[in-house]
Amino acid sequence: MRHTLSVLVQNEAGVLSRIVGLFSGRGFNIESLTVAPTQDAEYSRITIVTIGDDGVIEQICKQLNKLINTIKVMDITGEGNIERELVLVKVAAKEEDRSEILRIADIFDAKVVDATPKTYTLEAMGDDIKIKSFIELLRPVGIRELVRSGKVAISREVQLMTTGAK
Amino acid sequence: MHKMTENIAKETRRELKTLTGAQIFLECLKEEGVNEIFGYPGGVILHIYDELYSCDFIKHYLVRHEQGAIHAAEGYARVTGKPGVALVTSGPGACNTITGLANAYYDGYPIVVFTGQVASNLIGNDAFQEADIVGITRPCCKHNYLVKDVKDLPRIIKEAFHIATTGKPGPVVIDMPKDVLVNKTEFIYPEKIHLPGYNPTYNGHPLQIAKALNLLYKAERPVIMCGGGVIASEASEEIFKLAKVLNIPVVNTLMGTGGFPQTDELSLGMVGMHGTYWANHAVTNCDVLFAVGARFSDRVTGKISKFCCDAKIVHIDIDPCSISKNVPVDIPIVGDAKSILGDMLGIINPQEIQKKAEDKFCWIQQINEWKKKKAEPTVNSHKLNPLKVIEQIYEETKDKNPVIATEVGQHQMWTALLYKFDRPRNFVSSGGLGTMGFGFPAAMGAQVACPDRLVINVAGDGSIQMNIQELATCVHYNIPVKTFIINNGYLGMVRQWQERLFNEHYSHTVMTGPDYVKLAEAYGATGFRVEKEEDLIPTIHKAIETPGPVIVDFIVESMEAVFPWVLAGEPICNVLLCKGQNKCQKHNCDNCI
Ligand SMILES: Cc1ncc(C[n+]2csc(CCOP(=O)(O)OP(=O)(O)O)c2C)c(N)n1
Ligand SMILES: [Mg+2]
Repeated sequence: MRHTLSVLVQNEAGVLSRIVGLFSGRGFNIESLTVAPTQDAEYSRITIVTIGDDGVIEQICKQLNKLINTIKVMDITGEGNIERELVLVKVAAKEEDRSEILRIADIFDAKVVDATPKTYTLEAMGDDIKIKSFIELLRPVGIRELVRSGKVAISREVQLMTTGAK
Repeated sequence: MHKMTENIAKETRRELKTLTGAQIFLECLKEEGVNEIFGYPGGVILHIYDELYSCDFIKHYLVRHEQGAIHAAEGYARVTGKPGVALVTSGPGACNTITGLANAYYDGYPIVVFTGQVASNLIGNDAFQEADIVGITRPCCKHNYLVKDVKDLPRIIKEAFHIATTGKPGPVVIDMPKDVLVNKTEFIYPEKIHLPGYNPTYNGHPLQIAKALNLLYKAERPVIMCGGGVIASEASEEIFKLAKVLNIPVVNTLMGTGGFPQTDELSLGMVGMHGTYWANHAVTNCDVLFAVGARFSDRVTGKISKFCCDAKIVHIDIDPCSISKNVPVDIPIVGDAKSILGDMLGIINPQEIQKKAEDKFCWIQQINEWKKKKAEPTVNSHKLNPLKVIEQIYEETKDKNPVIATEVGQHQMWTALLYKFDRPRNFVSSGGLGTMGFGFPAAMGAQVACPDRLVINVAGDGSIQMNIQELATCVHYNIPVKTFIINNGYLGMVRQWQERLFNEHYSHTVMTGPDYVKLAEAYGATGFRVEKEEDLIPTIHKAIETPGPVIVDFIVESMEAVFPWVLAGEPICNVLLCKGQNKCQKHNCDNCI
């Protein structure tokens, strides 16, 4: 199954290679990976999308935790969490397709960030499903280039059960 | 006048505190209580060697190959529990430590390795003797550092020793560019460590501990598996008490050898590929397996789906990664073996212990039945039998509390099977990585740590040639390691596989070597050769009594094979006890082909 792991690490040289090396050395998959500093520049957040059965995911989390520079590993897979990805798509903008392209952009809340006589470049953001359908709809008009950011994710604020008569 | 005193005060303060990186390096070692290091100089670490020239608090052993330094450091760590230290130059020097790092990482022994690096401004320029050591060593050490500023050096060294020796111990590498060793800074050794991502768990969860104990009370056919973690956490006394109160038989992994006394009646010896028939059958048929500090390597489990399939497994380990990695565990307890076993002993209930006493009595009787199936020499020839040699080494040295190191191969397994280790830290052998060439330098390091003890390296004729150069080191510093070569003229362990699995095609396993007696003499050591059984005992004694390093060349039967033997991928109950079917009737063993 596909899991999204959120890894808080010390923002130090070489940390990313430790993590990537761990995945390749142990034969774990990386589907996407993003890294950037957190609100505290001392730490970085790495979001990794990976695939594996429960045993493999457990091992991945444990191995990530074992790295000296890892502060925290969270599996934030599923409904309860917020996931976003950014995609930039350069599509062929033939005369007859232009209005269709703009219509698709409109449906997906995408922006046209660049336009040339031959191409439009669109920017869209959303979760996995949204990005995938956006790409699928654009495919017929001719995708020239496509860049995805990889997923970032954040957990929802935990709803504390403070009320109720139980 | 006033100005002068002020100047003097300033001078002394500077003398006291402002040091070069090279000086700081030595000061930090002093702070860590390091007295001995193993090393080899080269261009970028000459500043350290210049400091060592006049240093009176650290003894440096110049090895003959950097691999020797790092294995020696591990040998040192294995027998003392204290971290071993190695110092090497950049590029080739550092690259020569890789095998040793991987070895220490696998088996979990603390070493700190200092490598020189080209000057910071040259890094990445393919400078002379530059290698990306932090990159190369990343997967084979617990942690590593590239020092970027001399100001960071004390903190990094402090952290390195802390990381190497805590949690599951392991090797830590510190790569030091030349300019860092030259630059100066005020030296302050930090008192505290700030590693927010590193907090090994030592105390076991009380609920898990209680659950484990309950399971052990109810067990009718329990077995304890003593792994290397028992030795690393100094938990021998605790595991002994627990086994005794609960009357539970104990098997050991190769790395757990000596964690539980092998002469004790509850000891079943080694489990796994070359485990004893009874240990393997006990583990296969137990209802509760209590694994302490073991990581369930494939050499222990054999075919995983048949391993302990009807048993509940309790597993103590300080490394959460080794729990449920290979074998699903019913009651995991993350933490330090000594502390957890201590907690168990503290809450043990004498009434509960008695409940299954009868079942356990029957269980032990059953095991005693299995104990009749002992592997014996399989080749009858006029030559010395290697098993006989090892047994004799045991007989002649067991009262001397020696350190016994081994290389890797048949001689290693025979030593593990036939030498009875009663104490932890007396058996020094490469387990996880199985590194030929480990034994001799490791024995050298052990001997440096324990100058007054008898240190023996049981070697194969193949393995000993991998780091024989350290004989010069032993002679130079008078490190009196006794090397006993079990000379079978083959890469015996590989030959054994070829005999059984590759139609006796002994492809590139015939091993020739020098005349070891002459070789020893050429190095300035003493050499003996034993070819006849009547020379066995006297020569072992002569070797032990001869001062300084000694090599004994035991010329043994070539075709002998290690039994018990479980072929790779088979369940560990499929124990082969001898070579062919005809001989096997003696053991009544249905598995022999
Ligand atoms: C560095 C290294 N290379 C290769 C091997 C594979 N190997 C395992 S045992 C063995 C033979 C060892 O021969 P020897 O030292 O003579 O010991 P024997 O088995 O004959 O007792 C070999 C080649 C290894 N373990 N380590
Ligand atoms: Mg041999």
